Amino acid sequence: MRQAWRMDMNTSKFSRMLLAMAVLASLSACSGIEPWVKPYERDRLADPIMFLDGDPVSTAYIQHVFEAREGARGGEGAAGGGCGCN
Amino acid sequence: MHCYSKKTILLLALLLGGQSAVAGVLPDDRTDFLYHRYEGGGVLIDGPSVLVRKKVGKSVSFVGNYYVDSVSSASIDVVTTASPYSEERKQHSLGMDYLRGNTTMTLGYTSSVESDFDATTYSIGISQDMFGDLTTLSLSYAYGDDIVGRSDDPLFERENTRQHYGVGLTQILTRNLITSLNFETITDEGFLNNPYRSVRYLDSSTPIGYSFEPELYPGTRTTNAIGLRARYYLPWRAALQTEYRFFDDTWDIRSHTAAISYTHPWRDFTFEVKYRWHDQTGAHFFSDLFDRAEATTFRGRDKELSPLTSQTVKMSAAYEFLDDGWSFLDRGSVTLAVDLLHVDYHDFRDIRGSEPPGTELLYQLDAYVFQLFFSFWY
Repeated sequence: MRQAWRMDMNTSKFSRMLLAMAVLASLSACSGIEPWVKPYERDRLADPIMFLDGDPVSTAYIQHVFEAREGARGGEGAAGGGCGCN
Repeated sequence: MHCYSKKTILLLALLLGGQSAVAGVLPDDRTDFLYHRYEGGGVLIDGPSVLVRKKVGKSVSFVGNYYVDSVSSASIDVVTTASPYSEERKQHSLGMDYLRGNTTMTLGYTSSVESDFDATTYSIGISQDMFGDLTTLSLSYAYGDDIVGRSDDPLFERENTRQHYGVGLTQILTRNLITSLNFETITDEGFLNNPYRSVRYLDSSTPIGYSFEPELYPGTRTTNAIGLRARYYLPWRAALQTEYRFFDDTWDIRSHTAAISYTHPWRDFTFEVKYRWHDQTGAHFFSDLFDRAEATTFRGRDKELSPLTSQTVKMSAAYEFLDDGWSFLDRGSVTLAVDLLHVDYHDFRDIRGSEPPGTELLYQLDAYVFQLFFSFWY
């Protein structure tokens, strides 16, 4: 019973998150939000020391080790970067 | 079948398909040769991992990965309930990224094969750059199908299916600070326990006071994880990263994970130190010692499902070479990384001694994880 309730909650939470993301994406298409960090101000973010996942093979391996040794999984961000400044 | 494969095929498929999810820019062409080695608690796992990524034209990038785990296990589970064993797992992955404007679409496929466990995963993802490339939104989905066997029973065959839903948001907040928020839900259905593992229960008819019976897990599991990372550029050209993850599942495991790392370049070297802390509650059907045989509907004694606290210290050093390029290569680097892992189990006892059942010392694990890898960009 508790599992069924949690699965409903999970589905509901995920749906709400998807909806929020869709709204955000549609806003981006029509909004006139000015980037507050200009492209020419992103030199520090483009430095390789600022990459969230600079070494994908190593990141995959060490996450693999932690998932094998612990009961938790996910949420650590397979998708990295995103500054558009490479 | 060792415990690595079942949990992590999906992760690799998503990493290969999704690590390129920097919308608007395809990932750099690169090749990595990694040697990995895990040693601790009577287990030795090592092998290579080779990744090749190459653009074709301006809109498509392909990636392939070949990964091997060579396992030699005499872990505490194995020596107390079974016999030491050796085996090998081979994994192949392929992925593709397609860039169109500010949108990147990814496809991934991963296959893992070992003597008694086959796993196949398909993944798809999409990323979108927004707000002048300050924000990247990514969505991902993966479907996994596993076949579980037993090396001592050729007729034994069970199936698992797994579905993964992921949402990620990467956000530049200032010229020195980038953050990412990731939410992942994973559902499993099928045969989720290890076919070889046993639970122990009190049995006064035996000289040692307990006996063993096979594990029996629920047939479904749904996990939720939300993780936040922030990386900050320090004034003297160094980086500080903090991470936090909250995890919760339908087996009543709830965990908090936090980490902090510092990256410091010096000449052609880059050094990194990291501390990671993880604390979790146990699964509702976990017990180190059940009162009697078949005491509960579901039962497990996998130490990873026990309440536990783990701490990891990482040190790594990378050296860059070929700064001016050579032949078709733009640059290269070699990296050495060591992680020291310590785990305190709060309800899993070391039964190798002769103490009365339930009074044995709690088990502790110390392991080291070694990585040496060469990377080339072209």
